[in-house]
Order: sequence, then C-alpha cells, then structure tokens
Amino acid sequence: MIRDITLGQYFSGESLIHKLDPRVKIIGTMLFIIELFIVDNFLGFLVAAVALGTVIAISKVPLSYIVRGLKPILFILFFTFALNIFMIQGEVIWQWKFLHITKEGINVAVFMAIRLFLLIIGSSLLTLCTRPISLTDGIERLLSPFKKIGLPSHEIAMMMTIALRFIPTLLEETDKIMKAQQARGADFESGNLIQRAKSLIPILVPLFISAFRIAQDLAMAMEARCYRGGENRTRMNEMKFKRRDYMAFALQTLFLGIIILEARLF
Amino acid sequence: MSIQVKNLKHIYEKGMPTEQIALDNISFDIKDGELVGIIGHTGSGKSTLLQHLNGLLKADEGNIIIGDIDITKPGVSMVQIRKRIGLVFQYPEYQLFEETVAKDVAFGPKNLGLSEKEIDERVREAIDLVGLDFEEIGERSPFELSGGQKRRVAIAGVVAMRPEVLILDEPTAGLDPKAHKDVLKMVRDVHEKTGNITILVSHNMADIANLSDKVIVIDSGKLVTLGTPKEVFSKKEVLRGVGLELPPITAFTEELRERGLQISDTILDVDEAVTEISKYLAKEE
Repeated sequence: MIRDITLGQYFSGESLIHKLDPRVKIIGTMLFIIELFIVDNFLGFLVAAVALGTVIAISKVPLSYIVRGLKPILFILFFTFALNIFMIQGEVIWQWKFLHITKEGINVAVFMAIRLFLLIIGSSLLTLCTRPISLTDGIERLLSPFKKIGLPSHEIAMMMTIALRFIPTLLEETDKIMKAQQARGADFESGNLIQRAKSLIPILVPLFISAFRIAQDLAMAMEARCYRGGENRTRMNEMKFKRRDYMAFALQTLFLGIIILEARLF
Repeated sequence: MSIQVKNLKHIYEKGMPTEQIALDNISFDIKDGELVGIIGHTGSGKSTLLQHLNGLLKADEGNIIIGDIDITKPGVSMVQIRKRIGLVFQYPEYQLFEETVAKDVAFGPKNLGLSEKEIDERVREAIDLVGLDFEEIGERSPFELSGGQKRRVAIAGVVAMRPEVLILDEPTAGLDPKAHKDVLKMVRDVHEKTGNITILVSHNMADIANLSDKVIVIDSGKLVTLGTPKEVFSKKEVLRGVGLELPPITAFTEELRERGLQISDTILDVDEAVTEISKYLAKEE
C-alpha cells in the first residue's frame, strides 16, 4: 500500500533528461508551474501537454509508472472538481434540490482539473528523473545566493537529503513493528474509524522512538566524521553546466515565450 | 499439540527479476513439549521460517500442520493461529509502547478479549515467569528499564498470551553477558513451567547445545541436518561447510581427542568435559 506511492520517487535511467544538470531541471519545473498559471484557455493547456508529453517520451519513464503515482492524489483532483462544478454561479443547466450545475461550473471544473493534473505530472517528473542527492545538491546551489541574507542553504539541502534517505528505512521499521504487534494479536483491519485510529498507537509510539534513535545514531556518526556544516566544504562531483544544459535553458525560455504569446493572442 | 512442516517453500518477490528462493523443500516434525533450536548463517532463512509458523508469511508450496489444523489451507483464521503461537521477534524491546510495564504486557491478553481479572492474573504471572518483580516494575515506564529488563518485559508480553508454542528469534542478541545468561535461564524456566513447545533461534552454538532437545540446521533456505544436539554437533565437517562452528567446549574436547586423549566424543557442556578429563587423568596416573 505505502509502497505504491511513486510521487517523489526516483526512476533510474540514462536518458537525456536524467543527465541534465539538476538546476536546469528545477528551474524548468518551476517555470512549467508558472506557465500553467499563465495559461487561460484550453489551447494553452494543449500546448503545455504536448511539451510535457515530449519530455516524458525523452525521459523514457513508462507512462503507467507515472500514472500509478497519481492514485493517492486522485481524491484531491475529484474533490476540487466536485467543488468547482457545484459552487460556481451562472447559467443553470441541471438542478436537484440545492445542488445545481452551471455551464460556467463545468468549464472551470474541467479547466482546474487539467491544470492540477499537469501540475502534478510535471512536478513528479522532476523527482522521477533526478537522483535525490543531485536534487538536493541542485537546491543547495540555487539557494546559495540567499546565504548572504542568512539562509542556511547547505543545512536545508542536507536535511532534505536525510529525509529522503530515511523514507525506505522507516518503511522497513514500520513493517517490522506491525508484524511484531500482529504477533501479539493486534488487529489493524477491522473496527470503526476511531478504533482503527487507536490501533495505530502501538505502531506509532515505537516508530517515533525508533526514529529518534536513528536520528541520534546518525548525528553521532556524522560528528564522528567531523561534519560541521557547509562552510568551506568542497564536493567530489562539482556541478558544471554543459552544452545540453544551455540548450535546455534556451528551449525553456522559448517555451515560456510561446505560452505568454498564446495567452495574449487567444 | 505438535507441529509438522512438510516440503515448505517460500519465494520472495515471486515473478519479479529479483525473485529469491528463501525456503526450499523444508520438512521437519516437532513433538509436544520439545525445545527446538534452529541454527544457520545470517540470511539462511531462519526468520522467514519462523514467520511462516505463525502465519505472518504465506507458503508458496507445502504444508504446515499445527495441532490438527493445516494453516496453509485457505480460510484458516490467522488471528486464531497467532493466539496459539507466540512469536518474539529480534530486538523485541523496540515494540514496547505503553506508559507502564503492566499495561504493555496486558496488550496481548487484551487482544485475546479476556476479562480484566484474567488479564491482571496473566500479566502478574508472565512478569513473574520472565524473572522480574511485578510490585517493583509493574507501574514503571518500560522505557526507563535497562536493556535486559526491557527485553524480558517484551518477552513477557508474548508469554502472557499463554501460547502453546513460543518462538524466540535470537532472544539474546546484543545483550551483555549477564543479561544474556538471565534471558537464557528465563527461556528454560518458561519452557519448564509451561511445558509448551519452544523454538529458539540463536547464533550461539553453546546455548543451542545446552538448551535444545532437537537441533535444526538451515543453510540457503535448505534443511542441512536435524537431530539431537549430540547427533548434530558430531557432524563437524557438515557444520563447517555451512559456515557454523562447534560450541567452544566441544571444539576444545575434540581437539584434545585428536591429540590422543581418550575421552568420549561430542561433549556439549563444561561439567561433562571436567568429569571426562579428570577420569582420563586419574587413569593416566
């Protein structure tokens, strides 16, 4: 169940998208998100979807894999769709008691659903094609100009790396604790909502204790190896922009231009 | 109550490229009241086997018959099976979660749906069985106890369910020598007082040799040999072949025998070794 969530996961590959500098990919994803909010008609979404489709095709990440990651957020998609379709005032085309659907409602609901859909796929593509380590490296470099105003960019990046690193460890720990409590007769599947929530306590308390223990061990191990933050720290793999990165930048800028133009014209 | 395992097979990630045969064609019988030791190298499939015995993992092939129920048949209630078979995992102290020791030990019996009175009785009995004092620690937080005490409280949590079969996965791992000794004594005490089947997994050959009625040796998911400790530990070459050693005292006396001392073979405990060697020395004089 927990293992099915592909959102935020890495899909290892050797494609051009995988090889791009993480900074290019982060900026590209941010631009894509901004573009989705600039777009104000369906034609604009079509352009964005084609562009996104092309990137997915180049990245060689199977579409089924991406879609599977969407499952847990399907609920949010439906929820916003339902809210929009029933809440917006305008020309009524269907009514039942206090519920009514309007032409404008359908329009906005579909519009928003497409926007959310593209938003989620676009941003999950970033993590699917970028190793967590290089992703956080990229974030660190992008945030480094803000060091001057006191933003601890290295520390933020390190925290993110550690968080990502320990997701599988904590999943394994949860599995172990669940089995141990099941062996003591715990039942997680039956009962009403409150009973089920209560049945989580025997998992959550040991899990929290384990998490603190792991954190403490890790901190100790890092200190034993003289880790003391980002000051004057050099790295093994320096990030350098290559030709393909400049090309990708150029394409991103071009695409931003197209989207703005499209929004203006139509 | 007896346990029969027939041609058990388990495959991890079946059908995936990373498919792995964890257990292959394992068969053995355990009679009522026996204390069985399971030994094998790390990753040999011991833990996988244990999880089958109380239904946490499902067999891909083969049967496990506990008492008169075949738990591999569809439709068998695993909750019912787990009530009869207590499984203590490695490092069980990490599963403690309640505010007090008494409440934590009561978790299992509570899940069995017993009355308050019965629960209280069983909690006291279990804490007593694992060699702790209810009056002293019953109302304390389990998190402020020492490592060895925590482990015993966790084991008491399973013992309190009065399982007909008690399975312990490396109950002494990571304990200091004194706690190690205490936990072993506890395992023996619980076994003798309750008369249940006890299955013990350990890396410590001396512990297995001293405690078990029967020893099962597993390597790479296959059953290598089984028999009484004397039978198993007389097969030195077989054990070496799967990366296991003899108990220290046995290794010592075997070495003496090789150097020409006429003492009996496969001596498993120190007292026996002392008698044998003094007998030999007396004869020499």
